[in-house]
Amino acid sequence: MNPGTDTALIRGLTPGVLAILVRRGADFATAEDAVQEALVEAVRTWPADPPRDPKGWLVTVAWRRFLDTARAETSRRRREALVDEEPRPGPARAVDDTLQLYFLCAHPSLTPSSAVALTLRAVGGLTTRQISEAYLVPEATMAQRISRAKRTVSGVRFDRPGDVTTVLRVLYLVFNEGYSGDVDLAAEAIRLTRQLAAVIDHPEVAGLLALMLLHHARRAARTAPDGSLVPLDEQDRGRWDTGAIAEGVRILQAALARDRLGEFQAQAAVAALHADAPTAEETDWPQIVEWYDELVGLTDSPVVRLNRAVAVGEADGPRAGLAALAELEDSLPRYTAVAAHLHERDGDLEGAARLYAEAARKATNLAERDHLTRRAARINTR
Amino acid sequence: MAKYLLLKHYRGAPAAINNVPMDRWTPEEISAHITYMNDFAARLEETGEFVDAQALAPEGTFVRYDGEGRPPVTDGPFAETKDLIAGWMVIDVDSHERAVELAGELSAAPGAGGEPIHEWLELRPFLTEPPTVTE
Repeated sequence: MNPGTDTALIRGLTPGVLAILVRRGADFATAEDAVQEALVEAVRTWPADPPRDPKGWLVTVAWRRFLDTARAETSRRRREALVDEEPRPGPARAVDDTLQLYFLCAHPSLTPSSAVALTLRAVGGLTTRQISEAYLVPEATMAQRISRAKRTVSGVRFDRPGDVTTVLRVLYLVFNEGYSGDVDLAAEAIRLTRQLAAVIDHPEVAGLLALMLLHHARRAARTAPDGSLVPLDEQDRGRWDTGAIAEGVRILQAALARDRLGEFQAQAAVAALHADAPTAEETDWPQIVEWYDELVGLTDSPVVRLNRAVAVGEADGPRAGLAALAELEDSLPRYTAVAAHLHERDGDLEGAARLYAEAARKATNLAERDHLTRRAARINTR
Repeated sequence: MAKYLLLKHYRGAPAAINNVPMDRWTPEEISAHITYMNDFAARLEETGEFVDAQALAPEGTFVRYDGEGRPPVTDGPFAETKDLIAGWMVIDVDSHERAVELAGELSAAPGAGGEPIHEWLELRPFLTEPPTVTE
């Protein structure tokens, strides 16, 4: 493949190149800027003049940029020390280096939004402008967020192993909470998780990758042409991406076989059971309830309990679902929406309409609010 | 990563504690107030939390559709809604707690006597995009 025509391929080289600069003694913040400049240069020049060794080209150009900055900022002695180290080439340790970058960018000292921004730039190779557009904030704000994040982790040693679960939380956030801009954040999250899975053998990394693939597979069916949400039971399953489903299921099965269950694997298992049902009616709800029981044991999250109540309502009938719901706090997000759905299935249409309208007022996103309002309207005007 | 509107308006909330109209402040107090607001916005830019800030003219025009082929009807300003919204700031923060903290700081802007105005600001979350993972 011609690397000049594939910016994702160019960006895929980002963490390895950055890690080499840091290994050579460059400070992370300056090295990261230098790699960004090299990426911009690559996107500009490679289409007409593709390099034989793309990664080597990026290392050379980024290192030169770094030295330019270092020359401007550091003493002559420091500069000579750096130049002395320059000849150290070689592909060694690239695997570990990439992983270290993930750890650094998801460091626990960073706020979630900072970790997301830094990961997308330093590991993902996206520009500050692309990230700012994806999150609908001014470019100047995003630039500050990233440079603060870099300062925050500047004292972190690069050779210490980190906690992979913090990395997974950041990648999950990128996948789950993106806006629809020029950059497809869900696809970017999948790319970054796939890249992570290639450098670390961990069942939860595989679990998250499977979860992402299984949800991404439904994307085309999730929205109607007018932009409104299509709930799972009304989706045209013929539009689900069978390739992504097959890959997600295969990755999940391999992870589950290792018998080290975690929350992402369990969530992916729920998604896989949905993917496996040819029609909504054929969904294996009892097994989904079992997976939610596992999830409750793993996380004890109220959101999981809420989703479990939905599953119980499908497996054992709306009364059982309402009983499960009654054990939860009614202040939970989407509690009222779930209550409305269960009341509707139980035949209490009047109560359901009132609850749908109330749930719409409490909705935290526009598409869901409109969906709930339509549900209420459908009952009220029947 | 949630956006909030900090809305400065005069409907529904009790009066500010230091409730002296701006035209009764000294010029220095007005300058101190404006400096505080500018510094606040600059600080938010530095923390990567600033999205937008706008002040609105106090008087607006009410407009509505008046049927096919007819120009829109305009009316107002209406006395009771005058000065309804003075302006806003939009922030992008990690938590509701952080949004409350920042709104509290903005409400501490100095007014008469150089003392905080303690004015009520309304904090309204933006509706977001739907999450990708739905079950």
